[in-house]
Amino acid sequence: MFDLERWDEIFETIRKNKLRTFLTGLSVASGIFILVILLGVGEGMKNGISREFEQDAANLIFVFPGVTSKEYRGLNPGRIIQLKNDDYNKILLKHADVLDATSAVYQLPSGEMVYGKETGSYRADGVFPAFQKLENISLVSGRFLNMNDLEENAKVVVIGNRIKLDLFKDEDAIGKYVKIQGVTFKVVGVFTDPGGEREESRFTVPITTAQTTYGGGGDIARMYLTIKQNDDFETAVADSQFFTSELESFLKERHTIAPDDNSALHINNTLENMMRFYTLINMIKLFFWGVGICTIIAGVVGVSNIMLIIVKERTREIGIRKALGAQPLSIIGMILHESIFVTAIAGFTGLILSLVLLEFVGPAIETPYIYNPSVNFAVAINTVIILVVAGAVAGFFPAWRAARIKPIIALRDE
Amino acid sequence: MIQITNLHKSYKTGANSLHVLKGINFNVAEGELVSIMGSSGSGKSTLLNILGMLDEADEGSYVLDGVTIKNLSEKQGAKYRNKFLGFIFQSFNLISYKSALDNVALPLYYQGMARGERMDRAMAYLEKVGLAQWSDHLPNQLSGGQKQRVAIARALASDPKVLLADEPTGALDTKTSYEVMDLIQKINDEGRTILVVTHENDIAHMTKRIVNLKDGLIIEDTPVQQVRALENV
Repeated sequence: MFDLERWDEIFETIRKNKLRTFLTGLSVASGIFILVILLGVGEGMKNGISREFEQDAANLIFVFPGVTSKEYRGLNPGRIIQLKNDDYNKILLKHADVLDATSAVYQLPSGEMVYGKETGSYRADGVFPAFQKLENISLVSGRFLNMNDLEENAKVVVIGNRIKLDLFKDEDAIGKYVKIQGVTFKVVGVFTDPGGEREESRFTVPITTAQTTYGGGGDIARMYLTIKQNDDFETAVADSQFFTSELESFLKERHTIAPDDNSALHINNTLENMMRFYTLINMIKLFFWGVGICTIIAGVVGVSNIMLIIVKERTREIGIRKALGAQPLSIIGMILHESIFVTAIAGFTGLILSLVLLEFVGPAIETPYIYNPSVNFAVAINTVIILVVAGAVAGFFPAWRAARIKPIIALRDE
Repeated sequence: MIQITNLHKSYKTGANSLHVLKGINFNVAEGELVSIMGSSGSGKSTLLNILGMLDEADEGSYVLDGVTIKNLSEKQGAKYRNKFLGFIFQSFNLISYKSALDNVALPLYYQGMARGERMDRAMAYLEKVGLAQWSDHLPNQLSGGQKQRVAIARALASDPKVLLADEPTGALDTKTSYEVMDLIQKINDEGRTILVVTHENDIAHMTKRIVNLKDGLIIEDTPVQQVRALENV
């Protein structure tokens, strides 16, 4: 390896066979390049999706009922499940230690709102004050509902910005009175929602007011629950999953739903979804690894192919060298030394090129699902080493065979 | 220098066995210039390959400068070839991407000689064959005669006991052939043992002894009056 004469010999061979060297190098360099870029993009996707979730930062658990699909304890399938205030209150009591912001929602039978001569139909919910936080609502003017409103069954309403524009035009909406299904409410706030137009075509009233005014009894349409956040993501997911399953069995028991009936009760766990996304990302990364490894294998096959051609092409030269007194080991050494040198240089070139690309182009990529693609340097270096070793091993056999060819046969080769 | 007794060699081609050498007995003393003649298929190339340790005999003994050549390992074969023998081929067999000087220096590289000394020595031999000013040319920039002279310089570089020339003039025109033979004669004049395989009569008569092979046997082995190549150029 440190034999200067050998290096001399190799540099000369490389200098005199530029095209061959270039082609060998190209296949290796492109293999490494593709692998590193793929790994980088995989990491970028992971970063991108993590960021999406961080923005929402919702550990929201969303509960809404459905229709039973299984016969259970003498009850027929097809039963409509109706959640009640009692369910919500029991859950609050039972899990007071872990629950954070929560809100039950009563959906008004109709969302027709009249102001003066203007009429519009919107989504209408009776909610708790925490709804603002849960839905990530911010107010344009006025205030949101408060506990006082709920306790007094106050006839106040907070409207979305879309409704304000529809019904009030340029007028200030705060303090004005509107009619919701014939009952007069006072507008106390106008909100905007990051969800956009659709989320802004709705209004909210206190849940207590809604239930008493519109005959809801103790019915609720859905529940928004959040639990106290743990800083550690894994623990947070575990907590959340534990809570969700507790919740599920509690509600199923109360409403006589078969434990394995999935259509009677829907519990949507955002954190769990996030976890699912992470699993998906890991799968994608795994896939990229697979593709990358296949690329490397293709690279190795390419290298050994070229090595075979090189050896074939040099058969006569090898014969001459042997006739002049070259020992088999020196022949193998010569071919391997050259191939390792070339693959190593080419591999590192590909590595550096791809790292430079990731370094300079990576931060500029700002698509929703790819963010700051990067690659673990140690992994990249290891790949290069693996490629070089694999190339050497792949090259060894043709070299070994070449070294064993009788010079007389090699010399006969035209 | 060379003692061969009862040498046999056969080649297997599929089910058939071709008996090429059928008992060759043959001695060469130091300083001889011997030509081996014979029609194609007579076994002369096979004999030369065995002498050159490029091939091995099935039977019989081969002693070169007091060393019995038998069952050599690859490694040992390489060592002996380097130390004892210099090859001159019909098709020159220069390495195409190496300069004339580097080609000549190659056997010395395999002897493990340091670069500086190697280059000096190679240059001296190139000078000897009259190609000093062509030292940095690649083989394809040289004429056939020049290539063969580079090959001769290379064969001499390791200072071998015996030079083996396989149809050294086979690819050359008459004038160039005689020039090459002149060079070979001069090298022989200095006392080096040389074996030349040829099928050309005029070339054979420029040696000092003709060994005639036919069907794997020596049918004639006679000293001849050497014709100096220079006189015929």
